[in-house]
Amino acid sequence: MDDTAGPAWQRRLMVGLLLAPALLWLFALIVLPHVDLALLSLRERTAPREYVTSLAQYRTFFGEPLYWHIFVRTAVMSLISTLLTLLIAFPIAWTIAKLARGRLGTLLFIVCLIPFWVSETVRTLGWMILLRESGVLPGILVHLGITAVPVELLYHDATILVGLVYTSLLFMVVPLVSSLESLDNSLIEAAYDLGGNGLSILRQIVIPHALPGITAGCIVVFMLTLGNYLTPTLLGGTSSQWFTEQIYTQFITRFNWEQGAAFGFLLLALSTSMVWVGLKLSGQRFSDVMRRT
Amino acid sequence: MIPSLPRPVWLRAGTALYLVAFLIFLFLPLVTVGVFAFNDAAYPAPPWHGFTLDWFIGNAAKARTGLFGDEELLGSIWTSFEVACAVTVLSVVIGTTNAFLMERGRFWGKQALSVMMLAPLVIPGVILGISILAFASRVADVLNDSFGLELEFLRPGLPLVVLGQFSYIAAIATLTISARLKRFDRTLEEAAYNLGASRPAVLWTITLPYLRPALIGSAAIAFLMSFENFNTTLMLVGADSPLTIMMYGRMREGATPVLNAVSLFLMVASAVLALSLMRRSEPR
Amino acid sequence: MNATTATPDLKVSSAVKRFGDHLAVDELSFSVARGSFFSILGPSGCGKTTLLRMIAGFIQPDAGDILIGGRSMRGVAPNRRPVNMVFQQLALFPMMSVGENVAFGLARRGVGRAERTGKAAEMLERVGLGGAARKKVDELSGGQRQRVAIARSLVLEPTLLLLDEPLGALDLKLREHMKIELKQLQAAFGTTFVYITHDQSEALVLSDHVGVMNHGRFEQLGTPQQLYYEPATPFVAGFVGANNRITGRARALNGSVVEVATADGWVIHARASTPVSVGSAVEAFVRPEAATLGRTAAELPAGQPSHAGEVESLLFDGANSAVLLRESATRFEFRIALPQTGRYADLKVGERILFSFDPDRAVCFPAGVSHG
Repeated sequence: MDDTAGPAWQRRLMVGLLLAPALLWLFALIVLPHVDLALLSLRERTAPREYVTSLAQYRTFFGEPLYWHIFVRTAVMSLISTLLTLLIAFPIAWTIAKLARGRLGTLLFIVCLIPFWVSETVRTLGWMILLRESGVLPGILVHLGITAVPVELLYHDATILVGLVYTSLLFMVVPLVSSLESLDNSLIEAAYDLGGNGLSILRQIVIPHALPGITAGCIVVFMLTLGNYLTPTLLGGTSSQWFTEQIYTQFITRFNWEQGAAFGFLLLALSTSMVWVGLKLSGQRFSDVMRRT
Repeated sequence: MIPSLPRPVWLRAGTALYLVAFLIFLFLPLVTVGVFAFNDAAYPAPPWHGFTLDWFIGNAAKARTGLFGDEELLGSIWTSFEVACAVTVLSVVIGTTNAFLMERGRFWGKQALSVMMLAPLVIPGVILGISILAFASRVADVLNDSFGLELEFLRPGLPLVVLGQFSYIAAIATLTISARLKRFDRTLEEAAYNLGASRPAVLWTITLPYLRPALIGSAAIAFLMSFENFNTTLMLVGADSPLTIMMYGRMREGATPVLNAVSLFLMVASAVLALSLMRRSEPR
Repeated sequence: MNATTATPDLKVSSAVKRFGDHLAVDELSFSVARGSFFSILGPSGCGKTTLLRMIAGFIQPDAGDILIGGRSMRGVAPNRRPVNMVFQQLALFPMMSVGENVAFGLARRGVGRAERTGKAAEMLERVGLGGAARKKVDELSGGQRQRVAIARSLVLEPTLLLLDEPLGALDLKLREHMKIELKQLQAAFGTTFVYITHDQSEALVLSDHVGVMNHGRFEQLGTPQQLYYEPATPFVAGFVGANNRITGRARALNGSVVEVATADGWVIHARASTPVSVGSAVEAFVRPEAATLGRTAAELPAGQPSHAGEVESLLFDGANSAVLLRESATRFEFRIALPQTGRYADLKVGERILFSFDPDRAVCFPAGVSHG
């Protein structure tokens, strides 16, 4: 492991020993499964245990409006949810990094992290108890005379967004706080001293500085939202129409692995291309961004 | 703006108000879950029917199954625990070897490898799940067809769940441990060599103790992420369900407040884990 | 200072700032004349940074007022004050080019792009960085960054330029060079500079006037020469320039000259800067260059009380070389500058030598008169 001491063969042996588990992990669990998935998505069953290579699975996707409607819907909802998360998380991150000083800031940060130590299942259960027709909030609304009868607050797109934003907040707050903390206060003071105001400082100093953190947060949040299954299915119910549901249906319910593999690849392509677009737009490098999360 | 700059009253008030609203948003679902664990009603919904511990200790007379009488639920907690332990050990070990490899080793293709190590973090969990499911099945089929071997662990079940979770949690552990190893002052090792220590002794007495906080931290994160994982697990799970899968199933059917009870139990456990970790890191 | 002529560019009156129990700025009043270079000199924690940030508007005084160009700054936000600041770590914006940094303030004032680019280029030219506008901040050397930070402020033509120990981060050689450059820049622009530093040499070299600050108050406010030759308090005598400090009791008074006896019985003579009563505890200060060395009594100036000592060590430092003596009878340590003629270059450790100094060039204070 030490590249400065020891004879050459020893160093090589060391590197080899360390390289083996890394390669085993990456190839056996990441690379080969994805190659296999790609091959799977490119075949078509013609008879029991008879397969030919074809693009049939992808043709089905594009030929069936329901599928690509759900695909586009998932992408757009994820994008909206990512932007909402950014907007909600930024003032909190600013408060933690810049306004609350010393122990108060640390305490606030920890308080913001606590809910995320608890499983997403538990948090979703909480939202269900709060929002369903017989739940807490509809009851309060009736009590306050805002609605005459309890309304169903579950199973709306807005509900799904609330759940997704809630689940994603942590992954936005953490990179934002770390990138804002590294912003030297004297830069803000200098900009202010030179006549800048809140808006121009935000635009010219704060956002350019925090851009790596913003990118990191947005990429991770988008990816997690896109791949989420629990929140859309539980809060959106049958109307959730989330793409991961389609993958699950094909793979587990219908046992149509070829179709499921194609869907999986489409989702992966969408996720990867959005990561790429995000990096290009902000001029960041992948490895730098990921190290921030 | 920052405290040294003048902030108008409306901005201060707005900030405080926003913060309060945010914290309510953050804790409302958790508090709700906790409160309804004690409601004396068959469903976790208002109105309040009075306080009960039925959903924890069960009560045959009322025909209610509490958490500690729910074998199925307790079994799934144990399953999650086993899986999380396995994932934690694997991830921390691989994370450590990876950290040394990337920070200390020099070899061809290192740059490419370092990017590859980050890839699992941007692959949606569902896809990690199905790709490992499909690949394992193919390997199992090939082995079965060619050699007549029936390898049970390659079929959906806990071993695959462990591998699936490990595939991306290892990347997180690698990042955490590498970050600390990068900050390590190499002259400390040189000083130890200089004072006559052997390589294993230096590793054991200098480097690993330095990495300890990162090792403990990444172990906690790995355990937690494994315990909470849903997406990857859903695709790979067999007959034994970990807790999240079990809860999901029951939530779809509309469950009794026993789910609230188990949730509260999880919250307390997480809080204890978090606090003990913080106490450990406090003196530093 | 001559507050009788035009309105001073800066007038601080009875400013107070308290942080909890700590009084950072204690009823401080002073004014700075237009076009002058004013330094606030003090050890770290003396309140000078608080004072500067108060002038800039980043800290609000608890009491008192600050007037800039005759206008009260009460309730005026930092971005509306006619002052600009050069920050300790310079605070150049790393996300902008050098030219954009300099044009930043102009853009905030709504100056059009073409005009501000032109003005920024012109300003960079004036600070000797013509053509650097497109460079990135991190491509510049330490000295160049310094000049960008100054240019960025001066392009706004502030009434007052505040400088927060901007030379602190530079290495010694560059610091010496930048001192001269700062002084020349100030002379060329004619802008009033308020400069804070803990380095007495910077303050002496650069300033027209210096306020020596300690525990939130000015110990003395005067020209560098006044601070050096006529220190008003023991703190100033000890802080500005090198000094031999001799504590003892006043044994006798002869006009303004005090006869000081140390506890061990060494007797010296010094001029009382403030009235001293016989028998009271005093401290006297003698500058190393005020004393003369001599191998025989004849080599010493006539009429000065002479002392004898042994050479303890030789401190060679080029033009600042000195010798450390022990007074023969009491072993009191005393530092004397070596004459630059090269005489006494052959001095040996342990050698016995005579020395004397003019009592008028030594100052004596009642012990403990320093503020706080």
